[in-house]
Amino acid sequence: MLTLTEVTFRYGDDVILDAVSLSLERGQIGCILGPSGSGKTTLLRCIAGFEPVCGGEIHAGSNKLSSPSHQVPPEKRRIGMVFQDYALLPHLSTLKNVTFGLRGMSSAEKRSRALHFLQKVGLEDLAERYPHELSGGQQQRVAIARAMAPEPDLLLMDEPYSNLDLALRQTLGQEMRALLKSLGATALIATHDHHDAFAMADMTGVLNHGRLLQWDTAYRLYHRPADRFVAEFVGNGVWLPGRIATGQSVEIETGLASGSMIADWPAGTPVDVLLRPDDVVHDDDSTLTAEVVNKQFKGSEFLYELRLPSGARLLSSVPSHHNHAVGESIGIRLETDHVVVFRREIGESRGKFT
Amino acid sequence: MPGGGTTRTAVQPRPGRNGSGLSLIVLVFAFVASLPLLVVILSFVGGAGDVWPHLARYVLPQAFSNTLWLAAGVAIGTATIGVSLAWFVAACEFPGRRFFSWAMLLPMAMPGYVLGFAFLALFEYTGPLQGGWRQLFGSSEHFPDIGARGAAIITLTLTLYPYVYLIVREAFASQGIRGLEVARSAGFRPLQGFFRVTLPMARPWIVAGVSLAVMESLADFGTVKLFNYQTFTTAIYRAWYGLFSLQSALQLSLVLVVLVLVALLVERHLRGRARYTDPGTARQSRRIALSAGRAWSVSIFCGAILFIAFGLPAGLIVMWSIENFALEFDSGYWQLIANTLMLAGFAAMFITAVAMLLGYTVRRSPDVINRGLARVATLGYAIPGAVLAVGFFVPVAWLSRALNQLVAGDGGSIITLQSGLMVIFLAYLARFLAVAHGPVESALQRIRPSVEEAARGMGVSGLRLLGRVHLPILRPAILTAALLVFVDLMKELPITLMTRPFGWDTLAVRVFQLTTEGEWERAAMPAVAIVIAGLLPVILLTRRRY
Repeated sequence: MLTLTEVTFRYGDDVILDAVSLSLERGQIGCILGPSGSGKTTLLRCIAGFEPVCGGEIHAGSNKLSSPSHQVPPEKRRIGMVFQDYALLPHLSTLKNVTFGLRGMSSAEKRSRALHFLQKVGLEDLAERYPHELSGGQQQRVAIARAMAPEPDLLLMDEPYSNLDLALRQTLGQEMRALLKSLGATALIATHDHHDAFAMADMTGVLNHGRLLQWDTAYRLYHRPADRFVAEFVGNGVWLPGRIATGQSVEIETGLASGSMIADWPAGTPVDVLLRPDDVVHDDDSTLTAEVVNKQFKGSEFLYELRLPSGARLLSSVPSHHNHAVGESIGIRLETDHVVVFRREIGESRGKFT
Repeated sequence: MPGGGTTRTAVQPRPGRNGSGLSLIVLVFAFVASLPLLVVILSFVGGAGDVWPHLARYVLPQAFSNTLWLAAGVAIGTATIGVSLAWFVAACEFPGRRFFSWAMLLPMAMPGYVLGFAFLALFEYTGPLQGGWRQLFGSSEHFPDIGARGAAIITLTLTLYPYVYLIVREAFASQGIRGLEVARSAGFRPLQGFFRVTLPMARPWIVAGVSLAVMESLADFGTVKLFNYQTFTTAIYRAWYGLFSLQSALQLSLVLVVLVLVALLVERHLRGRARYTDPGTARQSRRIALSAGRAWSVSIFCGAILFIAFGLPAGLIVMWSIENFALEFDSGYWQLIANTLMLAGFAAMFITAVAMLLGYTVRRSPDVINRGLARVATLGYAIPGAVLAVGFFVPVAWLSRALNQLVAGDGGSIITLQSGLMVIFLAYLARFLAVAHGPVESALQRIRPSVEEAARGMGVSGLRLLGRVHLPILRPAILTAALLVFVDLMKELPITLMTRPFGWDTLAVRVFQLTTEGEWERAAMPAVAIVIAGLLPVILLTRRRY
């Protein structure tokens, strides 16, 4: 449905987007995940047609939308956009905001269409309110209804949760996915929080300094990161130094870590091994022990920071009825279905990241 | 620019005690400001004057339609020019944008009657344009003539559009191009989006700016008189100085006041719910990149307006002044300058002091009555100067007669208050109090009550509080207020012309007299002085960061 090939955007001498390629099937929800300044917003604006591309092409189905020599104007793209600040029109009621983009139908049709979409987002009772009379979450849903009402081919959402408080974000993610799926929308959502991406997306891309490092499912981003940045940006964990032992295992301080691994380096190659908190399992029967140096209560689990005899650190996620004090030594075991390794380069960062 | 676009971060001071003495002051000034209105209204209770039939038949219909035409023309003209300039400067990128951003305010410095006489000099039969036309085509027969109405509308539009530009530019700048993007992602072409979203969102500001311009055009006397365009202000002048009928001057004033009130009500209605929350402040204020052709067209558009409204007339009057300096400049001029500076200077100080007193009183006891009275006291900015002139002259003359009768019996005449400075000062006060009150009040509102409480806690109170805390903090605002009033007074025409005491000719009056005689080149020198003074508030405005 949406295909980007090598999309490049420069602003003056700054490369904002560097050969970004991705594709999204009809009905899929995609996320662009990246820190602020990574180019997420610019990417969405290029797709929406607000920024001209300097290289590469954007296609919607078989239609070419953007290329350096050809720009379909935004109003001809059939792409709905939910802006970061929602950009509701302050002089129009909720209903009028939603009917705003509807054309070529009678006003009764417009009204019923708008009410239909307001009902989908659960706001049909607030149709006559003005934007400043709505809460942040309500404004966001009006913005979605407005963008969806003309039944665009693609919905773009720029940081939809950045203006909402944390509690709301977490419930809205799932709701949003259900809503978008029920509307049958194809959507691309920019966010800086991988929880949002995990909650909503079928496909997620990690963007850093304008480069799309990986375009994949959330599961694979977490367990099969293609890049150190992706590994560190999506979830937390530690890097431990090790050496390739066989095709299926790596030798590290705690013994052999084995599991499926994408690496064809010869045995003995120095690597960094990524250990997620869920790769390190608490086991009282294990002979391998580590000292608790820090702990964070997360509700259903503790996140323990552990010190190995060598001084290296590990993170372990442990069900919260295993309450151990700082300073205690506890038994641990590695449970690595997937072993993520990167060849160790000199000067590469190691250790813990959260 | 009464009340213009001051942002009010309202910090409500806690009510002070013993406010009653102060309230009396507010009451007095509210009474002073509403006196001319009362007088004007009462003029009809006294019955129609002897010349009323004449007025109703020959003067009113023409004054009515002319005034409405003028207001409508100026509204359309200033809205078109002001809004388009504001949009270009705030949202587009084109060569010279930064320069035009402030330079487009320059025409504010040029009073309509100065711009008008420069145009007259250019377009008159013996002027350079008609002369050139005759050389080209042999005769002036087909020389385009826009008539007095067109000339008055164009001249006032060119001097008043900066009000609209200034206010709307701020609205566009905070709105950004986000609204336009919303419209485009909803399937509207850029121009459709501009009319469907950008303009409606800026409507409260557009209405505010245009209504200021319309008020000024209703109040204008100098420009319409110059073009011999009969409006209510010139009719009032003629009734008083031509027909010597104060009664009919008052009655004409009443009709004009009603027109002004209607304009105010229309503004209220059109402004709608003025408290639009803007659709998010434009995060990155990216401007629309115009194609080279369009960008240059915009530059040319801005440049042309600036040239016609400021560059050309300013150049002309400067040139004529230099040519005529040796001939014209004599001791009489020193007298004119001294008169102008003294009159405007003293009145500005007086008005600023009253504005301070008013602001301070309302701050001390901010109850509903005081606030209401303060609004009444500053209402005079909406009332045309010609109305204020008659409206104060009549009661002061009456007071004078009553005093004389009291002291010297029937027919006695010891004092004539109405020929002193009293009328002119009262009328100035009523008309320009709002101009001084705006900056003073918004500065007072920015002083948090805790500042006063802290000072009190350290034992500083009463007059020492005023001198050591308030005055130093307010000094910039006070200077601004005094400067704005001073410049407005220097340019002021109808009040000065109609109520100045004998021998108190000012530069503006001199320009008026000379232009009435068609002596454009001789009028240039006093006009230059007025324009230079008028540049001061423009500089003040541009130094404020928008």
